[in-house]
This record gives sequence, C-alpha cells and structure tokens, in this order.
Amino acid sequence: MPPKSCALCNVSRPILKRPKTGQQICKDCFFYVFETEVHNTISEAQLFRPGDRVAIGASGGKDSTVLAYVMKTLNERYNYGLDLYLLSIDEGITGYRDDSLETVKRNQQQYSMPLKILSYEELYGWTMDAIVSEIGKKNNCTFCGVFRRQALDRGAATLAVDHIVTGHNADDIAETVLMNIMRGDIARLGRCTLICTQGEDTIKRSKPFKYAYEKEIVMYAYFKKLDYFSTECIYSPDAYRGHARVFLKDLEAARPSAIIDIIHSGEAFEVREEVKKTQKAQQTCKRCGYMSSNDLCKACTLLEGLERGIADAGISDKGKKKLEASGPAPDSLRKIPYFELPGGPGPAVAIESVQQAPPQD
Amino acid sequence: MTSSSSSTEQLKINVDFGGGLEILFDNKRSHVVSLPLRVAPSSSDTNPTDPISSSTTESATADETRPTDVSALIDHLKDNVLSDRKRAGLFAENGTVRPGVLVLINDSDWELEGEGSYVLKDGDNVSFISTLHGG
Ligand SMILES: [Zn+2]
Ligand SMILES: [Zn+2]
Repeated sequence: MPPKSCALCNVSRPILKRPKTGQQICKDCFFYVFETEVHNTISEAQLFRPGDRVAIGASGGKDSTVLAYVMKTLNERYNYGLDLYLLSIDEGITGYRDDSLETVKRNQQQYSMPLKILSYEELYGWTMDAIVSEIGKKNNCTFCGVFRRQALDRGAATLAVDHIVTGHNADDIAETVLMNIMRGDIARLGRCTLICTQGEDTIKRSKPFKYAYEKEIVMYAYFKKLDYFSTECIYSPDAYRGHARVFLKDLEAARPSAIIDIIHSGEAFEVREEVKKTQKAQQTCKRCGYMSSNDLCKACTLLEGLERGIADAGISDKGKKKLEASGPAPDSLRKIPYFELPGGPGPAVAIESVQQAPPQD
Repeated sequence: MTSSSSSTEQLKINVDFGGGLEILFDNKRSHVVSLPLRVAPSSSDTNPTDPISSSTTESATADETRPTDVSALIDHLKDNVLSDRKRAGLFAENGTVRPGVLVLINDSDWELEGEGSYVLKDGDNVSFISTLHGG
C-alpha cells in the first residue's frame, strides 16, 4: 500500500522510492530534487564559469539524453550563462549508431541546441563495421575506445568548446571502481571517481551525474517522456563489465547505498594518486599533434596497423615488433588530420598518470 | 463449452516494455495480456515446500490458489509472451525481474506497491523498463 503522501511536500501521492534515501516522493518533488542535486554537484565542484562553451557528449542513450535536458533546464533556471552544444560520435555501426543518431537529431530539435556529428570514417577513414570485418570481434573495443576518446576531443576542438560533459552516472562510476579493483589497477581507481578530469593539455571533461543513480535517471526519462534510444552495441559483449554490472545490481538490491559507498571507497584512493602523479614533458604525437605519451599517439599506432594489415600493432608487443620489422611507415600512409587545441598550445608541463588513458567509455 | 462465464473472470492487464526490453518481446512495446483471477501458488516461493506433503494434500488445491499478483504476471510474461527465450534471463530470474529492471504499476514505482505481491486489478497498467542498456 502506498503511503498517503509525499515525504517532501506532504501533499501529493508518491510515485517513487528514492534508492539513495528510501524516501517516497511525488513526481514534482522528484523532478525538483533530482535537478537540484545535479545543480549542487555542479556548483560544489565549480564545474563551469559564465560564458563557457560546453559540449554534451550525446549518444542518444538514456544518460546523455537526460543530461542534455537537465543541463538545458539548469542553465536557464540558474543562469549559468553556458553555450550548450550536442556532440556525437558516429562510430559507423550499422543498426546501432545510425539509429541512435536519429534520436540525437530529434534531441537537437527538441532542445534547440546545435549538434556536431563527427564520424570515424571522416576522421580515420575506417568505420567500426570495416574495422570489425578486418580484425574480428576480439580487440574491436580497444579501437573503438581509443578512437572515440580522440574523436570527442577533436569534435570539441572544432566547436571551440572549453568543456565536455558526459552522462556517466553513479552506477557507471561504481562499476568502474569495481572493475579497477578486480584488475588490481589502483592507479586508475582514484582517477575514475574524479568528477572532472583535466590534463593541462586536454579539454576538460566532467560528469555532472556522478552522484545520480541510474534508477532515477531512467525514472526521470520515463516521467518526462524523454526520447531516448536503448540497444546494446552489437560489437561489445564486454563480458567483464557485464559481470561487474550484474554484481553491482545485486548489491544494490540488497542495500541501495552500495553504489555511493563504492564511489566513496574509490575516492579514498584519490589522495594516494596525487602522490603518484608524475610530471613529464608534454608530448604531442609526431604524426597528428594529439597529446601522447609516446612519439605516436595510440590512435595513430592503431590506424597504421590497420592500414598496413598488421592490426595488432597497437595492441600487443608482438604486433608492434612485427610492424617495426616491416619497415618505416610509407609516405602515402593515411594520417589523422593535424590536431590543435582551440586555446593554442598548452603549457610545457603536463600532469598525467603514467599509464595510457584507458579506453573507457 | 462448460465455462461460459470465464470471460468475466479474466483480468486484462496492459503491459509496456522499455529501455530495450521490448526486443525480448517481439519488438513490441505494448501488450495486453489476460490472466485468471486466481493462480496456483508460485513454484518459486521463498519457503521451499516439501514435495511429499504437497502431493498428499491434493484435495486442498482450491484453497491454495492465490489472487493473481505481479509475480504471476512476470511468470506469465516469461513463459508465454517472451519471444527471445535464449535471453529470458535479461528479464526475469528466480521468480522476479532481474535486478536493474524497473517496474511501474499504474505509473508508480512498484517498490511503493508491494512489488511482486501487488494484487492485480482489471485494467492495471504495468511497465517494465531495463536500465541495463548503455547511455
Ligand atoms: Zn511531493
Ligand atoms: Zn597521432
């Protein structure tokens, strides 16, 4: 039996039990607290300054669709003074991304925000469909992750934005914490809980939904009747993440605070990570100008391997040796367009974790 | 031919799937299902019944039925409506929805309505939404 009235306004009929607090609240109070908590997250972390140009990484899925809607709402309600853009990456996956991009195009109309779509094909000359037909389904998520990360930065540079926001929610972050623990990757553990990451040489990225539960995001989309697309990527049976997700959902069913508790555990490692930060000379890729910790950035290495028919060149040491043994790259090799940050060259010192950034989605 | 009154003893329930779950149900978001007013006790009840004692009390079956609830609806959907049988586990397991599937009863979080034990009324709307698909 539902209780008589909402725990917040004491008037209306409750429609939701909040996973965070167990409170039973009505629809209007739910919209209000959900939006206000995101606003609090944004203002406590001081994510934006008036006049910032902000790109919302938009996939057409539930999280980024709700993010676009809430960012627009908060920008108007609290006068953030932001210029908002939608930025989508077209990986070239037939039956998946082409459909979800249709959703993003409708969002562009519904939210009246400018939309930029950047495709793997125009940037790298390869769609994911073509990559998978070349290399199979084994390492395709590595290619996709590296290519997407760089594509987002390049799309953001084209839009001359200061900042990319993504729809990663509390469940996603808790899941990544679990995966980093299971892989023994302590260096990445603290980093993955940061609300905002900014190497001096990269475009700032942040996660305004860091503390938003997936259940509430989906309920928000449901009650607001937002238009989103939901199909699993046809190439990514990321089994490991899938197991972490199921495990997390089981934990949450037993104790809803598990998600926030796990994020807090990850945050406790942050301090240690400060110590581990290494200062290293800033380096950009000799071929394409994108930031890199080696002569060639990860995307250029992967692309060269694809172009020369040694697809594991960017994946394994064995592949790398094979590529080196087959001689220098021919002049005719396809190259990624040269990359420049909108703000000009960055400072001479980059602060970055020693490890190459993971292909995290 | 013996039960002419059965049509009045059925519940019509409007079922919606979202968040990708519809893919498991013939790619149809909306379904109307008919259920009897009472169903047999759930085989997946939490208290495991002794198979011997249950077989010796056959005469009591009429009393053992229970009003049709959301758990019965979930069983029915899984056994009779689901089209992608190989991936049934994405919808239900252990007699309830899989963790990560949200359920709304008449547009209200089922956690406020008694979850699986909510007794269905004719014309109720029940929505199942997966949160598991990428965002
Ligand atoms: Zn209220
Ligand atoms: Zn490069």
